[in-house]
Amino acid sequence: MTTATKTKTRAANPAPTEPRIMTGAEIVIEALREQGVDALFGYPGGAVLPIYDALFSAPDISHILVRHEQGAGHAAEGYARSTGKCGVALVTSGPGATNMVTPITDAMMDSIPMVVLCGQVPTHLIGTDAFQECDTVGITRTCSKHNYLVTDVNDLARVMHEAFLIATSGRPGPVVIDIPKDVQFATGAYIGKDGIHKSTYKPQTQPHADAVAAVVDLIMTSSSPVFYTGGGVINSGPRASKLLRELQAVTGIPVTSTLMGLGAFPASHPDWLGMLGMHGAYEANHAMHDCDLMICVGARFDDRVTGRVDAFSPNSKKVHIDIDASSINKIVRVDVPVVGDCAATLDAILKELAKRKGKRPDLSAWKKQITAWRDRNCFAYKNSDTVIKPQYAVQRLYELTKDRETYISTEVGQHQMWAAQFYHFEEPNHWMTSGGLGTMGYGLPAAVGIQVAHPGALVIDIAGEASIQMVMQEFSTAVQHRLPVKVFIMNNEWMGMVRQWQELLHGERYSHSYSESIPDFVKLAEALGGHGIRCDDPTELDGKIKEMIAHDGPVLFDCRVEKAENCLPMIPSGSAHNEMILGEITGNEVSDAGKKLV
Amino acid sequence: MSDGTSGAPGNPKSAYFLSHADEEVERRTLAVLVDNEPGVLARVVGLFSGRGYNIDSLTVAEVDASQHRSRITIVTQGTPHILEQIEAQLLRIVPVGEVIDITKSKRGIERELALIKVAGTGEVRVEALRIAEIFRARVIDTTNESFIFELTGASDKISQFIDLMRPLGLVEVSRTGVLSIKRGKEQG
Repeated sequence: MTTATKTKTRAANPAPTEPRIMTGAEIVIEALREQGVDALFGYPGGAVLPIYDALFSAPDISHILVRHEQGAGHAAEGYARSTGKCGVALVTSGPGATNMVTPITDAMMDSIPMVVLCGQVPTHLIGTDAFQECDTVGITRTCSKHNYLVTDVNDLARVMHEAFLIATSGRPGPVVIDIPKDVQFATGAYIGKDGIHKSTYKPQTQPHADAVAAVVDLIMTSSSPVFYTGGGVINSGPRASKLLRELQAVTGIPVTSTLMGLGAFPASHPDWLGMLGMHGAYEANHAMHDCDLMICVGARFDDRVTGRVDAFSPNSKKVHIDIDASSINKIVRVDVPVVGDCAATLDAILKELAKRKGKRPDLSAWKKQITAWRDRNCFAYKNSDTVIKPQYAVQRLYELTKDRETYISTEVGQHQMWAAQFYHFEEPNHWMTSGGLGTMGYGLPAAVGIQVAHPGALVIDIAGEASIQMVMQEFSTAVQHRLPVKVFIMNNEWMGMVRQWQELLHGERYSHSYSESIPDFVKLAEALGGHGIRCDDPTELDGKIKEMIAHDGPVLFDCRVEKAENCLPMIPSGSAHNEMILGEITGNEVSDAGKKLV
Repeated sequence: MSDGTSGAPGNPKSAYFLSHADEEVERRTLAVLVDNEPGVLARVVGLFSGRGYNIDSLTVAEVDASQHRSRITIVTQGTPHILEQIEAQLLRIVPVGEVIDITKSKRGIERELALIKVAGTGEVRVEALRIAEIFRARVIDTTNESFIFELTGASDKISQFIDLMRPLGLVEVSRTGVLSIKRGKEQG
């Protein structure tokens, strides 16, 4: 064959017969490109230098240089949660990989699609305790949805595409790819993502018709039903939220949600009950306890939600819709298990419901009861003219930002619960918080990831002064990449939730929950190249929040709040949904057995 | 389903007290068909240790080289609730293709192989050989003072044989763990 004809054949019929040969590092970049990745979060090091070198000539993929690998992981999570796309992080071997363990576990617990690329020592050094070697696949085996060690460059493209497939389909989760340095240098064949599948991996997305019919049978006869929705509705995509709203409109069934599911149903809706669970709304928890039909959509009966299991919603028929069969009957026995994707199942229920004739029971008595619970005004607090109450701070933040495109992330603790109680969400993917793992330090790097995905939006990390110090250094990442994230620190000088539990459970013996030395956040912001604002006067709060919003750049807002405020209402450990503490903690709420719980 | 009446007041229960003490513990043999890729056994075993399930016996080998399929046979114990969880959790593992409950199918055949070393002379040596014949154990190695028996059968039969060998100079035992397959012409 002459050179001329060869060229001609190639032009007419590119790729399939002749695989594209490139280095492992180039395969990684090409696969990211084919998967539509426009941003990745990472930190270079010896074992990933070839990939960083390939990235040097890939201007279409932006790289966000973090300050600590944990930040890269949470940023990828924030990116993923706010877009529904897969987040990607790139780190080196050894400490790079071990620093990723927390975000990987976090993404696993909250079912966040994420692909983590780790460098590894060259294959011939694996197992020799080489410099910056660790058994990454061993360490991440139980905290990832799946993981790979790629030892042959010709497997690399397939593994990359498989990883994205596994991370984003079924119940989403983190997938780790460990790539030895020699594999990054070696040359091999690139294959595209079309036709990639894994024969043993077959998530069940379509619900069984009989199960759907059984759900509709229950809806047709229930007089006090409730939707208990969770992060699965968000993970299923915007269509699931839309279908939930449609099904709610058709049935009139009130809706409560877990921490992870906030935004799937609009908080302004009259049938919105608020968040349920340990620090949830009185009306939501009572509705759960007294309902005759509980339809759980993409939630998992977490212990923060159920409280005392043997007193959990004693008189209801329970439906559990979940894409992961292992979530069903794990904590609470249900009457109708439905394995399937939330959107597909809600769609099937709507269609089945449309076929049914006959009248459903009147829900007005149920709604009246809910109104009576709502009238208890469970989130009421005593406001002050002199001290900023944390609840008031979140309320003002909400009022002053609700009319813009605003994304909220949080750290973990009291401020997180106040944010969930007092910030209200109308749309999915606008609320990013570490629910399952409860990772302090999640919020700031997550905000970085969110801002990368939504450059024009207002991104606020509602933080506490303790949590923020855990991954504080990512403020510098925001400065470097011109990401105008706002960190709203509710500074009460205590690890507030720890202090609250010590008050409640340990006779006010405040063991090591007070930080003697807290940074001057205003100076710190300036030192890092950002803007700092301090406020300790409730009358100045609005003006300073507006100043924060108006500032075109990253802001650390040191909001000095009431130090001893407790986060209420609360279902104490070991109590039932109808045994909430509403007003004040007296110290006698928790039984001895309950004190042993977390 | 919880009925809300089982917990006495003052004895609060949450997920941490999740107890299925009223359910009986059952023994189950599960055949787990997996892609034979690196780490797959660690995933399966790690699931059991990580979630606090029991493993009584475990065998694993590749059964279809062309498809890279391995078969892991696990004998486990738990309440019906735990056993249901074990099956569902196993199916979450990406390279796990299928989990077959051999015990529940009622069509299962279970076999185990054991190598048993017995040392002795005189009458005990003769007695050991006599019992081995009854159990249809094969002698695969012999010296003037010892035998190694190879025995295949149900696990309790092997245990019974080992118990009988104990007073006759039992030295050492090696067992494969349980293998299983279902009767009839169908696969799985």
